[in-house]
Amino acid sequence: MVDDKASPGISVRNLYKIFGKDPEKYIDLVKQGMTKTELNDKHGHVLGLKDINIDMPAGGIQVVMGLSGSGKSTLIRHINRLIDPTAGEVLVGDVDVCQMNPAQLQEFRRHETAMVFQKFALLPHRTVMDNTVYGLEVQGVSRSEQLERAQRWIDRVGLTGFESNYPNQLSGGMQQRVGLARALTNDAPILLMDEAFSALDPLIRMDMQSVLLGLQKEIKKTVVFITHDLDEALRLGDKIAILRDGEVVQQGTGQHIVLNPADEYISSFVREVNRGRVVLVQTIMDTSVGLENREGPAIKIGTTLEKAAKIMTDGNSSMAHVVDAQGKMLGSLDIQAVISSMVTPISHDDPVAAE
Amino acid sequence: MEWLYNFPSMDIESLRALKKGIDSGFRGFTREYGVYIENAFEPLKQFLIWSERFMLDTPWPLIILLIAVITWVASRNKRIVIGTVITLLLIGYFDMWEDTMQTISMIFVCTVLSIVVGIPIGIAMSRSDRLQSVVNPILDVMQTMPSFVYLIPVVMLLGIGKVPGLIAVVIYAIPPIIRLTNLGIRLVDKDVLEAADAFGSSSWQRLKNVQMPLALPTMMAGINQTIMMALAMVVVASMIGVRGLGQPVLQAINNQYFSLGLFNGLAIVGIAIIFDRTSQAYGKRLQKYQEVVHG
Repeated sequence: MVDDKASPGISVRNLYKIFGKDPEKYIDLVKQGMTKTELNDKHGHVLGLKDINIDMPAGGIQVVMGLSGSGKSTLIRHINRLIDPTAGEVLVGDVDVCQMNPAQLQEFRRHETAMVFQKFALLPHRTVMDNTVYGLEVQGVSRSEQLERAQRWIDRVGLTGFESNYPNQLSGGMQQRVGLARALTNDAPILLMDEAFSALDPLIRMDMQSVLLGLQKEIKKTVVFITHDLDEALRLGDKIAILRDGEVVQQGTGQHIVLNPADEYISSFVREVNRGRVVLVQTIMDTSVGLENREGPAIKIGTTLEKAAKIMTDGNSSMAHVVDAQGKMLGSLDIQAVISSMVTPISHDDPVAAE
Repeated sequence: MEWLYNFPSMDIESLRALKKGIDSGFRGFTREYGVYIENAFEPLKQFLIWSERFMLDTPWPLIILLIAVITWVASRNKRIVIGTVITLLLIGYFDMWEDTMQTISMIFVCTVLSIVVGIPIGIAMSRSDRLQSVVNPILDVMQTMPSFVYLIPVVMLLGIGKVPGLIAVVIYAIPPIIRLTNLGIRLVDKDVLEAADAFGSSSWQRLKNVQMPLALPTMMAGINQTIMMALAMVVVASMIGVRGLGQPVLQAINNQYFSLGLFNGLAIVGIAIIFDRTSQAYGKRLQKYQEVVHG
């Protein structure tokens, strides 16, 4: 086990951020409901974040999704306070990051968080190895321990043999692996990833997502992942929060958001999503059949429809049954229901159905 | 209508009184504190004397070897080293060795002093916009004020000799290193600084690990400029007793010895090129990490 500290959950409470010369002056107006446009037109201040409340699961991946300008990068920078909030709290465990003094904040950043950046932000004058040890170096860890711990993560992200290269000599995907190794070497319980894979091309992005998911199975960190890509959000997120104009429009599991989009804005996003990879078998199984009626192959709860369909067609059967971890039967599936749920919305009142 | 054609100036009497007041005030100041100030500069004087003695007392082949080794270490360029050795041999052959060594020693001390004083000022400037707005106009004055003008108070305070010459040269040559240190640090990529912050760097760690190394190529350009300006000041400084290549040039001007002036002038050009090529090649080598190998 790499991590002996249990990863804490993060709670963001009533967080506001106003950019401008005198944000304190306008916080009450915003709390009373002044909109972003009004604030900008009348007072020349920009509303970055408005009343954000998110509970991020301990040891899980929280995705914050939004288009550019939605405030998602501003939000993640509040967690390690690279940006100071105008009002509100960010609780990590039971400590409010916003109340820390500079010394505490420095300790917090050294030991509790690590961050991966969209533009990699590697030190160009340092080799891969010297970039990777940066966090430990700042902490004052001995050089031999630095090298040993860094080497483990360099190997783990697949950069063995590149230790003495400079970042400029690597491709974008490899540079971001360095960024990831640098963050993981810090061995902090919280991992902040600000559009970490957005600058990579699609194949490498998929590859990096797999690396992250594979690692997360063993390291179980509290990951906050920022993205503008819904597919990425659905693939990675245990929980997803969608941000728009500095406000949370919807949050929940990926399946929940895809099946129950809160408004037009979100349904326009989820329209293009591959449902087979998001919807789980227990959502569409038929529980009205007798529980002893075990037809076809057994499919574990939590399986996606796409995988279930593959199992059923491989087994050449039109029926299957869903079981829990102990093997107890929960309901049955037939291939038609699986396929129709993959292509069409499940409920008729789903706004997407209007198309 | 006379006032339209003759500028209505201060009357001569009060203007004379004003100048007299300033002069006697400053003279009083030098009488009162001149000794203390001279004592304060004593370590610098010792440094100057030591460095000049080293250059003059060491056998010339050793000096050439030493300079060749330094240029090689800094530039890793055979052509620069060969050019340096040939230049030094020619200078010696035309009997300017002693003057040249004195000048190199002077430039060396001036550069060290400029770096030691200039870099901390540049760093402080990069951290405070207010300090920057105060220091910048001072640097402008230092660079544009005719150097003869500030030679006067320096000579009044410290008399004629090495130390006042050193001060005059440093005043003239220090602005580039200050400006480019400030600029180099301000140009460091914000993303990289943010990353350094996110990992909990203290302000010293930020400076040492990120800002200084990334500003170094720009700072090297500043050091290069400082050396060049110091060399340009050598002739002027010889007017207040700095020995070296400047004195024969001054003599040549006064007596219209064309060839004397030309030879010594060329020697100054020669060492300027050596300093320039070497420090530029070193600055370029510092940026080696920026070479893109992968597409």
